[in-house]
Amino acid sequence: MKILGIDSSGLVASAAVVSDGQLLAEYSVNYKKTHSQTLLPMIDEIVSMIELDLDTIDAIAVAAGPGSFTGLRIGSATAKGLGMALNKPLIEIPTLEGLAYNLCPSKALVCPMMDARRNQVYTGIYRFQGTTLEVVEGQMAVSVTEVIEKLNALGKEVLLLGDGIPVYQKFIEESLKVPYLIVPAQNSRQRAGSVAALGLQYAKEGKMVSAAEHQPDYLRLSQAERELAEKKEREACSQKN
Amino acid sequence: MEKKDVLILAIESSCDETAAAVVKNGREVLSNVISSQIDLHKLYGGVVPEIASRKHIEKINQVIEEAMQQAEVNWDDLDAIGVTYGPGLVGALLVGVSAAKAIAYARKLPLVGVHHIEGHISANYIENKELEPPFACLVVSGGHTHLVKVEDYGKYRIIGKTRDDAAGEAFDKVARSIGLGYPGGPKIDRLSKEGDASAIQFPKAKVADAPYDFSFSGLKSAVLNYLNGCKMKGEEINPADVAASFQKAVTDVLVEHAMMAVREYGFDKLAIAGGVASNSTLRNAMEEACKKEGISFYHPSPILCTDNAAMIGAAAYYEYINGVRHGLDLNAIPNLKLGERYEG
Repeated sequence: MKILGIDSSGLVASAAVVSDGQLLAEYSVNYKKTHSQTLLPMIDEIVSMIELDLDTIDAIAVAAGPGSFTGLRIGSATAKGLGMALNKPLIEIPTLEGLAYNLCPSKALVCPMMDARRNQVYTGIYRFQGTTLEVVEGQMAVSVTEVIEKLNALGKEVLLLGDGIPVYQKFIEESLKVPYLIVPAQNSRQRAGSVAALGLQYAKEGKMVSAAEHQPDYLRLSQAERELAEKKEREACSQKN
Repeated sequence: MEKKDVLILAIESSCDETAAAVVKNGREVLSNVISSQIDLHKLYGGVVPEIASRKHIEKINQVIEEAMQQAEVNWDDLDAIGVTYGPGLVGALLVGVSAAKAIAYARKLPLVGVHHIEGHISANYIENKELEPPFACLVVSGGHTHLVKVEDYGKYRIIGKTRDDAAGEAFDKVARSIGLGYPGGPKIDRLSKEGDASAIQFPKAKVADAPYDFSFSGLKSAVLNYLNGCKMKGEEINPADVAASFQKAVTDVLVEHAMMAVREYGFDKLAIAGGVASNSTLRNAMEEACKKEGISFYHPSPILCTDNAAMIGAAAYYEYINGVRHGLDLNAIPNLKLGERYEG
């Protein structure tokens, strides 16, 4: 089985091709240039490097959120366009699961954190059963305090990664009571190789969608929707009183 | 040798419509599919960029697939992919641009980026097979008010533009102030028919040293001041008279400037384009003025005035013929200038 992986959920733009047990190519760039300008040229570069006929891929795995709203849509629109034009299914990989899969296999818990602004992180808690990823706490947008409380309650060694770690490092050092390690550079950010490799697990479980069906899972409403909901709630409260 | 037909799949997602179309030789529309989000944005009194972008990604594939089915074409029949890459809401544009690039790449088709306003102007080619440049075009929509000299296919010169609000924006704001809601244009057009356009004298702003430029913020303020004044004095407001008088003030200025340009530059053809071009008062007034001036008048049907992809396909065709090709690094350019070409 051959899978094209794409991740543009954060500052990293990444593309990879995994074929059966092998990573054939992976291209990641963590630089300020916009994903809309880099992502497809990167895909093109690895495709030509490994002389890949795109028609021979079985599916496209995409980091499906959470993440930067615009970044997610660039990845999703690219995956949807490729899927539609090549008539291939898509595999929606929750971004935090893709990140956690960077560390597969591992005996410790894995807790990726992405900076979600507004004093929150996008995070989740994962473990491995052999090489199979298992979800301990599904991905969520919460305060860093909340996720640290969960980790302390679980009482197990944990590996930390993601762009949320440097933002909250001091607080983590002070409040995390379980043994932990911060993952070094080569595995600390989104990698399309992990998205594609985890895509194999998803495909085996039959978790695929059509290109038309796929849309990102933002984990958050837009600001306008949130404010409208808050306003309605306030009005409902004042009517009650 | 018989000239081969050119089939273009065009994609448009610059604001709140997700659209795709298949256009043959720039003038024959084989399909024109539009998924409008307008009801979603009504809740907020205007287009919310993040909501628009989310809706685009949800709908983009269905809209494209429907356009292909209605046109009864498959990927192998296509010669190029056209897509709007500016101006517009950046997050919204990026959905169409990213999808278009991926399709062009996967099917090994040339990619042609199109300027949204050049699309609006080119909408006139679709129903007026005889129309060819040079001609003057007045583009009026929610985001734009441009008086343009169309010198050739793909060659545009701006003669005049708005200094502040776009005409359509003024329509939306005035509509809101008299309780009509969003979108304002069609609602004011309808209500005006019951009102007296000479009931209230609103000012027609001129821009010093730039006879072809427009300014609508003064007019908008004048309407708001009038409404406030009436309220203070306890006078009853007749919304239909306000709508009709406001609409006349806008129309008068648009027609005046267009006719001035026609005389100055010696055009024998004038076209209008953009969402506000489906306003019946503007269309009738412009038609009348053109008749008086002895020149031909062109306007697209309402479905081609609103944001759509058929017009993008028409513009893309002439760009394609002119040899314009974009690379896989094509970006959305929210403030792309008319006539400008992206050099990668």
